Amino acid sequence: MAVSQLVGAKIHRREDPRLITGHGHYVDDFTRQSTAYAAFVRSPFAHARIKSIDITDASKAPGVVGVYTARDFKGQLAGTHPAAPAFVAEKKYVPERFPIAEKEVTYQGEIVAAVLAETKAQAADAANLIQVEYQELPAVMDLEKALEKGSPKAHEDGPDNVCWDFTYTGPEITDAAFQEADVVVKQRILQNRLAPVPMEPRGVLADYETYDKKLTMWLSSQNPHFIRLFVSGALGLKESQMRVISPDVGGGFGSKISPYPEDYLVPALSRITERPVKWTETRTESIQNATHGRGQFYDCEVAAKKDGTLLGMRVVQYVDVGAYHGTFGAFQPVACLMAGGSYKWKGGISARTIGVLTNKVPTDPYRGAGRPEATHLVERMVDLVALELKMDPVDVRRKNFIQPEDFPYTQNFGLVVDSGDYDKALDKALQLAGYQDLRKKQADLRKQGRYFGIGFSTWVELCGFGPSAATAPATGGIALVESAQVRVTPTGSVIVYTGTHSHGQGHETTFSQIVADQLGVPLESVELRHGDTAEGTAFGYGTYGSRSLAVGGVAISKATGKVIDKGKKLAAHMLEAAEEDVVFEHGSFHVKGSPDKAKAFGEVAFASYGMSLPEGMEQGLEAVAYFDPPDLVWPFGTHIAVVEIDAETGATKIEKYVAVDDCGNIINPMIVDGQIHGGVVQAIAQALYEEVVYDNETGQLRTGTMIDYMLPSAGEIPTFIIDKTVTPSPTNDLGVKGIGEAGTIAASAAVINAICDALSPLGIKHVDMPASPDKLWHMMREAGK
Amino acid sequence: MKHKVSTTVNGRRHEHEVEPRLLLVHHLRDNLGLTGTHIGCDTSQCGACTILVDGKAVKSCTMFAVQAEGKSLQTIEGMAKDGELHPIQQAFWDEHGLQCGYCTPGFIMAASYLLSQNPNPTEDEIRKGLEGNLCRCTGYVNIIKAVQSAAKTMSTAPAKKATVAAGGN
Repeated sequence: MAVSQLVGAKIHRREDPRLITGHGHYVDDFTRQSTAYAAFVRSPFAHARIKSIDITDASKAPGVVGVYTARDFKGQLAGTHPAAPAFVAEKKYVPERFPIAEKEVTYQGEIVAAVLAETKAQAADAANLIQVEYQELPAVMDLEKALEKGSPKAHEDGPDNVCWDFTYTGPEITDAAFQEADVVVKQRILQNRLAPVPMEPRGVLADYETYDKKLTMWLSSQNPHFIRLFVSGALGLKESQMRVISPDVGGGFGSKISPYPEDYLVPALSRITERPVKWTETRTESIQNATHGRGQFYDCEVAAKKDGTLLGMRVVQYVDVGAYHGTFGAFQPVACLMAGGSYKWKGGISARTIGVLTNKVPTDPYRGAGRPEATHLVERMVDLVALELKMDPVDVRRKNFIQPEDFPYTQNFGLVVDSGDYDKALDKALQLAGYQDLRKKQADLRKQGRYFGIGFSTWVELCGFGPSAATAPATGGIALVESAQVRVTPTGSVIVYTGTHSHGQGHETTFSQIVADQLGVPLESVELRHGDTAEGTAFGYGTYGSRSLAVGGVAISKATGKVIDKGKKLAAHMLEAAEEDVVFEHGSFHVKGSPDKAKAFGEVAFASYGMSLPEGMEQGLEAVAYFDPPDLVWPFGTHIAVVEIDAETGATKIEKYVAVDDCGNIINPMIVDGQIHGGVVQAIAQALYEEVVYDNETGQLRTGTMIDYMLPSAGEIPTFIIDKTVTPSPTNDLGVKGIGEAGTIAASAAVINAICDALSPLGIKHVDMPASPDKLWHMMREAGK
Repeated sequence: MKHKVSTTVNGRRHEHEVEPRLLLVHHLRDNLGLTGTHIGCDTSQCGACTILVDGKAVKSCTMFAVQAEGKSLQTIEGMAKDGELHPIQQAFWDEHGLQCGYCTPGFIMAASYLLSQNPNPTEDEIRKGLEGNLCRCTGYVNIIKAVQSAAKTMSTAPAKKATVAAGGN
């Protein structure tokens, strides 16, 4: 990129004026003439047979348009819920999933009936009048018990509860490492089940036009083109007959990637009734039904030498799949492929993943998806090695880092790490934290019987999905690339279309910065359009996996480059010069060596719609580009958490938090910092507060509201010290990586390592998440006995 | 049975007939078309629906519309005047105090009440003052900065015109 004014600058976000004045447009803000409102009746049981559904009273209730059960949708919807292969090539058992249950319900919250009424309140009232008779069945809740022979099954007609059991690399490949080892450390590490809880719940408004046979659907989605693909297919429509509009999206964190039952049922209801139909999720429905994240445990073993050299690792991942395979649920085993972290493992890594069906809501990607789990396990295991060898955890890390000269580095699973300088980030973080002083302070406080700990996470991430070769199998044949379209109007303003879709990341700003700089036009001349399948790109791949800039942004830059190329041809014609003699700088085409012989970008744009074009040139100035990255990008960094635990209450206070991250070149540092803040807080929340809890006997969700599910507020969160190193990615022209998930990938390990460090004088080696005051208090009491 | 409710919202009088069970937030959104006030939960935890009722911050999901009879309400739509942002809105923009923007109207209204009661809050007082509002994107860091910045602007230069253009800093 040329030297620029906008790229790299803190530019105020262009989406903010509407959002801070109450003029944003979220899905529930839309309505249509004569809309009917939907309410759903959901199973109160985790596992039951549906014996009968009596809709008599509900059908007669005031304002009711209709009451619908599974059989009403049979002629409307075909197929089963899509389940991408993702990182598990072979599945054992993927239960069929219809958006509404007919005979058996398999998690609390599964839809059994739908009501349409003239108002929301009437729909809710009528839903309460539907009588469903259930016969309760045993609920499968615990992963290990679910795998035992003779266990009750999550689906009555399933063979067992194994969704997948896939070995990437067998235990034998690490035999030599474990034989050679001076020390072996073993640990089971839990990943608490989490609810993504975007502040805006989901919602769908669908309007099927009977005579045009066209469906328009508004919904809150990270992924509108994939929703069109899936929903049009199920409804038997051509993609071209369907338009999906995902307007302002109030957060997603992964929970708005996959299609949901309501995404099929609401359009089907619109087609049945020939009316627009709207449904807005309540928060209780959301925590009960929106996909959850994490929900795993790992059995890990690490072999190391006395001097701290890491030799080999064995890891078995157990994934709580839930009642159905989440569309991208098998993305989470990427944790196995990332288990090596930022270190070299000469003796190999053995990895196996087991996906277990349970009677809970399905799991799917949640911010970081697989990579927070990988970081957490490897960073915990490295600390356990350090503890065993009585070494400083910093030294063990340094000893095993992949070194700058090793890049591009092919890691144990054949993934190519593009670039990095892990020591540099660690050095900076140590300095910002004042590490030596912290250790002195710790020694002093320990003498006073206080529990003060320092924890590290020298994290690494793979993102920017994805190189088509690597990821095509994961999407069932559609290559994960990204598309962009740049259209210049006759007056020289620029409209940019992208297939990614912001749900808070500020794409309207970041992407406009790239284009405005490249074209040398003011930011105000550039408009970004996204989230509407009827506008611009033929297919978009959505926003998740920190891919929007590293794939979508690069596609935009490529399309802009094509516009400049055409402009150059036209400018050469206008300037009566040879094309190769024309250069484009600061928004103007001029003849090399004659800067006064120039045509401004706007003049060329206008001329492109005129009559005096070079022979063979078509009118207009626009271009489409697709970017298929040659490889993934690998952000990294060091996070340090400093905590003190109150011996009386078990409460953890984060005294200091340092984050040094490297996401390559930065387009807008303000937005990058914001992503880090939010990401870190979501991981602190996992480490200390959040957990979806189901009753292990009955399968009842015990954290179904914001009262029971503990989201941190401003009162719980510390301030952060954040800084960067910059290692541009060699895999794309912008040198960018991704930052959307970095904080979440990094932080839980730093916090838990700090807690374990604080409690190490009590002989406590490992603490699972969430490290609630209650849990720590009990652990400290037990250890003190 | 419907009840008449008359309110003054952002300086304008409204009269409606509503069901007694209608929540104030639904009244604002569905009857008055003021969709800037958002709904993020059903247990009065999240604060996305915070508005001012006779100058006091209230989660509008905790009141029935009929309870607002005769009251003066201010919503996010009433904060900017004559095309000029309120200093709190400006500060949220300047400090990147929002990402997805869904919780933002509630935070701005809560901050507005906080600063009306305590024009120069400490960081700790801001944190405590905003505990009734939840944000999932920002980690609160820049929200706190925004409130600090707004407090400064509002106490030093009440008439100062904020000027920020895209591209400025």
